[in-house]
Amino acid sequence: MAYSFRRNPVAIVSLTVFALIAVLSFCAPLIAPFDPYDPGQIDIMNSEYPPLWVNGADAQFMLGTDDQGRDLWSTILYGTRLSLLIGICAVALQAFLGISIGLIAGYVGGRIDSLLMRLADIQLSFSTLMVAIIFLAVTQAMFGSETFNQYAVYFLIAVIGVAEWPQYARTVRATVLAEKKKEYVDSARVLGFGPGRIMVRHILPNSLTPIFVISTVQVANAIISEASLSFLGLGMPPSQPSLGSLISSGFDYIFSGSWRITAIPGIVLVVLVLVINLLGDWLRDALNPKLYKG
Amino acid sequence: MSLLSVRDLSVKFAMRDTTVTALDQISFDLAKGERLGIVGESGAGKSITGFALMNLLSRPGFVDKGKIMFQGDDIVQMPEARMRNIRGNQMAMIFQDPMVTLNPVLTIGQQMVETLQAHRKLSKAEAEQIAIVKLREVYIPSPEERLKQYPHELSGGMRQRIIIAIALLLDPQLIIADEPTTALDVTIQADIMELLLELCQSNKVGLILITHDLGVVSQMTERTLVMYAGRIIEAGRTREIINDPQHPYTQGLINALPQQTKPGQRLKQIPGNMPSLTAIPAGCPFSPRCEFVKPHCLTEAPKTVQYAHVEVACHEVNRLHSSTDSITQSDKAEEIQA
Amino acid sequence: MFAYLVKRVFQAIAVMFVISLIGFAIQDNLGDPLRELVGQSVSEEVRQELRDERGLNDSFMTQYLRFAGNARRGDLGTSYFFKEPALDVILKKLPATMELVLGATIIIIGLSIPVGVYTAIYPNTIISRLIMGISIIGISIPVFLTAILMIYVFSVEYGWFPSYGRGDVVHVFGYWETNFATVDGWMHILLPSIALASIMLPLFVRLIRAEMMEVLQSEYVKYAKAKGIRPWRIYFVHALKNTLLPVITVGGVQIGTMVADTILTETVFQWPGMGFMFLEAVNRVDTPLIVAYLIVVGFIFVVTNTIVDLIYGLVNPTVNLARMGA
Repeated sequence: MAYSFRRNPVAIVSLTVFALIAVLSFCAPLIAPFDPYDPGQIDIMNSEYPPLWVNGADAQFMLGTDDQGRDLWSTILYGTRLSLLIGICAVALQAFLGISIGLIAGYVGGRIDSLLMRLADIQLSFSTLMVAIIFLAVTQAMFGSETFNQYAVYFLIAVIGVAEWPQYARTVRATVLAEKKKEYVDSARVLGFGPGRIMVRHILPNSLTPIFVISTVQVANAIISEASLSFLGLGMPPSQPSLGSLISSGFDYIFSGSWRITAIPGIVLVVLVLVINLLGDWLRDALNPKLYKG
Repeated sequence: MSLLSVRDLSVKFAMRDTTVTALDQISFDLAKGERLGIVGESGAGKSITGFALMNLLSRPGFVDKGKIMFQGDDIVQMPEARMRNIRGNQMAMIFQDPMVTLNPVLTIGQQMVETLQAHRKLSKAEAEQIAIVKLREVYIPSPEERLKQYPHELSGGMRQRIIIAIALLLDPQLIIADEPTTALDVTIQADIMELLLELCQSNKVGLILITHDLGVVSQMTERTLVMYAGRIIEAGRTREIINDPQHPYTQGLINALPQQTKPGQRLKQIPGNMPSLTAIPAGCPFSPRCEFVKPHCLTEAPKTVQYAHVEVACHEVNRLHSSTDSITQSDKAEEIQA
Repeated sequence: MFAYLVKRVFQAIAVMFVISLIGFAIQDNLGDPLRELVGQSVSEEVRQELRDERGLNDSFMTQYLRFAGNARRGDLGTSYFFKEPALDVILKKLPATMELVLGATIIIIGLSIPVGVYTAIYPNTIISRLIMGISIIGISIPVFLTAILMIYVFSVEYGWFPSYGRGDVVHVFGYWETNFATVDGWMHILLPSIALASIMLPLFVRLIRAEMMEVLQSEYVKYAKAKGIRPWRIYFVHALKNTLLPVITVGGVQIGTMVADTILTETVFQWPGMGFMFLEAVNRVDTPLIVAYLIVVGFIFVVTNTIVDLIYGLVNPTVNLARMGA
């Protein structure tokens, strides 16, 4: 695997870029010149400055400012951190739910298995984004914007996390079914180990490769979902922006020439998702796991 | 003139940094209507030989050197369009596992008709008539209905019969059968082999039977090639090879047959494994497993020599047999067949 | 076949039941219908009376049954904002969304099959590598960003295409309004359709390529070659049909995502369809319209998924529809 990594310049560049984005964004409070969450540091008079390399820039603001006078560089650092955080936490939740359900379905089998898998089919056919839009729309209407905005991060993680469990469940179930037939599982059973121990200690390690590969793609998708929801105004509020909400607030200015407010966070979002997808592609080729199809 | 004449055929596989030799200068001939067995362990290069003859080596395999003369033309040099006209038409192939050979989404009829139409100008109805005749020849009951069925509706034995019928559709000169019964139930294996033999004899079709089973070879074929690590190590009339094998490997194979073992005795196995193609030893490839190994076996590749009634590639074949009495080996062929 | 159909329809009904329950729960908890009706200046006694009169104090079950009964007759309540039956409002917006989906689907099917097949047959050509490179970028750009980019480039910078609305539409079949009858309509629908297709197209190209490459390695393809079948027949008859089976299944799953993406596309292009309407309804807390959208979209999901399943069963001979129903 290390060999295939060293021979693959795309993988090297992707990992470097991803690491760079991750480190920069998670160190946002240390690096960022301004705190975009602190209203005291925002002056509306500073709004819509262009970046440094364009005439009329202000030296304080490397990438210029947005419509509210926030430093774009700082806002993007904080926004990327939020997007990554939501993406990773949501996928962790998906993986937890999906692996548990997949293990149960595969190990118990029978009616419970077919019921769970039927549920997985139905859940999958209602796309995550659709479920999330409706759930968040209703939640927002129910609690009002203020409360909603306060807990938006948790709502986003919960809804993206819950809606995608079938991806994991199907793969884990397929591995369980394949492994269950093998002798070592029988011998573990004969030795008197309980089903819980057999699943976690013996079967789960065999599903780790596909789980790992799925997770990269899922993080990319979760980041896209979060951005889409925030763009629709159903995710992170403008006062606490993720990349999606930054693009959304910039979109209103696209016709008036301030296209940078949309373009810069847009580029960051695409690069972030792209490098994760490229890493996922490389992982899939290098590890070549048996993924569930269909 | 022989139907097929293979000369110094070498096949290599291009790996990441190197090439691996899968077939090392093999040569053999096949007369019209003759039945030839190719025997060896898996990985010896039997199947690769079969695919090379059809010019169907899939990447990264390629013919490195040599000629395959089929009815006077070299298949290696042949343009793809002409080769396509030979495949399925003059030279047909029967694959190993009938469960995965037929296309699951096309009916038996579609798969038979398309083969006929690929080589002859026939209407669908005419082609179906020929297909029905051929299905009868392989003893498929109610062939008209089979044409409308999909492969998954038929048993493995039935599917292999259909594949034999497809092979015979265009009255080919040569059928290459690659382990045609390995994937089937033991009870059906004999039926299929018998059918294949009967059809080859009655239609005067040449047969190359690729198998690891010496018993099958002794029943089915007139001549036999024994392959080891991509080389032909012994070749001759099947009867001679079974009765009086010269190469230590062939001897080992025959001694390992259950028929050669008295009840209660252990099967006599050849110690060790065949080398992988990436690590073929220098000199004689069999030397690490050979009980008669001499120092020069480890350095020099043996040449093929005529000995007794067969051609054999072994340095020690003279000394090996100077003391043994070949009469004791007689009539093994009958024993094995029985 | 019939038994399978019955089984599939039963499942569809079960899913619709769950959706209607969710819809009702939302209706029950979101907003106060009385306030929308009479405002806040009415005394508490009058309110109670009105509640009783409208059955708002009945048990959950009674209220749900009433809701479901009305829904079956096509009565999904009255939109607070439009003061019209919610279903009518949605059905008026339906053609716009359907045409957008149709445009995107044509682009996706029309391009993904030839491109996917080409890249599978010739995986190492420069064109294939380029296509694969573009496709991974394609799946990394969210639909709304593609839409914004296209508006910026083709509408704001070059001014070649309009940036919002449907333009000239023509009435056909009584009530359906179509974009495909005028040049202006085509100009308006082109960018939104491409934007909507932009993430699904590369996804399907990659899927078709991967499946096709696997099929081309299969024994039956080797066997077809050994029979002397021509390459185009091997690719398009032997291989493609086997390739498309898993693609159909994924296609069914993607219908949901497609509808969600229409909300994004319609928002960016201010396309007067159901998705745009839904977001407006959310902002206005127009509960009946939100619930009606949920039920209509859920219905579309269930119907299309059932159809996709049936198509899969018909195309794949190894699925025995008669036996699956048993």
